[in-house]
Amino acid sequence: MQRALPQPTPETRHFWDGCKAGELRLQRCRACTHTYFPPRPFCPQCVSRDVEVVVASGRATLYSYVINHRPRPDMGKEPHSIAVVTLAEGPRMMTNIVDCPQTPEALVLDMPLEVRFEPQNDDITLPFFRPVEG
Amino acid sequence: MKSKSIAVVGAAETTRMGAVPELSNLGLNLDAALNAMADAGLTPQDIDGIATAGEHPWTVSTMLGIKPKWIDSTNVGGCSYMVHVRHAAAAIAAGYCTTVLITHGESGRSQVAPARYAPNPGTLFGQFESPYGLGAPVTQVTLPALRFMKETDTTEEDLALLAVIQREWAAKNPRAFARDPITVDQVLSSSMIAYPFRKLLCCLVTDGGGALILTSADRAKDFPTKPVYIMGTGEGIEHSIVSMMADMSTSGAFRLSGEAAFASAGITHADVDHVMLYDPFAHVPFYALEDLGFCGRGEAKYLYRERHTAPGGRLPVNTSGGGLSYQHSGMYGMFALQESVRQMRGIAAAQIEGAKVSVCHGIGSMFSAAGTIIFTNEA
Repeated sequence: MQRALPQPTPETRHFWDGCKAGELRLQRCRACTHTYFPPRPFCPQCVSRDVEVVVASGRATLYSYVINHRPRPDMGKEPHSIAVVTLAEGPRMMTNIVDCPQTPEALVLDMPLEVRFEPQNDDITLPFFRPVEG
Repeated sequence: MKSKSIAVVGAAETTRMGAVPELSNLGLNLDAALNAMADAGLTPQDIDGIATAGEHPWTVSTMLGIKPKWIDSTNVGGCSYMVHVRHAAAAIAAGYCTTVLITHGESGRSQVAPARYAPNPGTLFGQFESPYGLGAPVTQVTLPALRFMKETDTTEEDLALLAVIQREWAAKNPRAFARDPITVDQVLSSSMIAYPFRKLLCCLVTDGGGALILTSADRAKDFPTKPVYIMGTGEGIEHSIVSMMADMSTSGAFRLSGEAAFASAGITHADVDHVMLYDPFAHVPFYALEDLGFCGRGEAKYLYRERHTAPGGRLPVNTSGGGLSYQHSGMYGMFALQESVRQMRGIAAAQIEGAKVSVCHGIGSMFSAAGTIIFTNEA
């Protein structure tokens, strides 16, 4: 069963095009230098419309999570993490932590992570995160 | 709006609660409304304002034969009814209407014609959360908990103790859905739903509803019920989807709403005799106790460890049994309000002797919103 996938909007197209190209694209305000996510065509800190797309490092730390033991039908049968990570550039985003056991012992808050892109179809690539050595 | 200028003169729940397959989602709203009107000795012709969430105000008012000239369909999740109370009080004070009916009904368990929320893959949730497997609230409103627990040294045992203490309250309440005593060990060995949340750390799923009727304090004396006055109110929004929560160890919406409620009531925490804190999952009352200022940062766990929130304690919390043990239809806020009103009327199943001030606080959606009402029975 195909995982539920996002439908990009004009305001978010750059982010999803970035994922497809292997880049984690955030936005930064030219007026106040604030870097932010989720996408919008103005700065949430100073409301300037003078914003640019920037490529993030892909580094992050584990902020909080749950391990869902009753997965949605499109998510397989095994328990899986649903996590919020803090990007090195500051913003947070939701993801799954992959390439590690889906257990509390393997998923330690504040552990270092890096992005791993995984194509879902011709249009959509999702960013996941995996543990890295500190 | 002047403190204590508006009062609750009608309050009732549905005739039956728990499993009510003979009534639809809408029918539960209407049953609760009829009971609240009977409680206040009013007919639909006496009502000129309507507020509801889940069902639409025009459906509820038309089916009851009410012709409202003031309407509120604010839907900010389970605390919508706290927000309705606040808005209704302001509307009555402003002269927009005189008598407001607020209804809740939800066929959470039996799912008879429930209000459906269609997922949309283009929304913030559809794009940036749903692809990672989020579904029921147990995977969303729970997500901040591990961060809170780390920052405040709150443990899974603390969450379990809250569930145990609320079951002690529920045991005193014939209307509570779950009344059998439980232990911390039983809670921590119940089935895992979404780590760290086990089944007994999660709310019930039941059918039910409730309704309130508000009018001006001047008129309240003429009703058959003991008036319960609106002393202070607050509401607030912090974010939309839970991944946008600024600091997952404290709720900005709770702080906004709580500060406004206490400021407008003109009281301190020492004046509070009774507290209802919406508990969809066991971690939420810990946030509420800290964010509303009942204790300092990281101290909510001690209120449970020292049993201050338990029967006989100095700060009784969730005396009906709460969402974990009393009832939880989905948008639970109405049931918290009903218990506060019962405590202020002096008719609760687990009545707090001499209680004069009750704080009732609700969470909306995934820590997205909040509403707080402070009641008193002293004019």
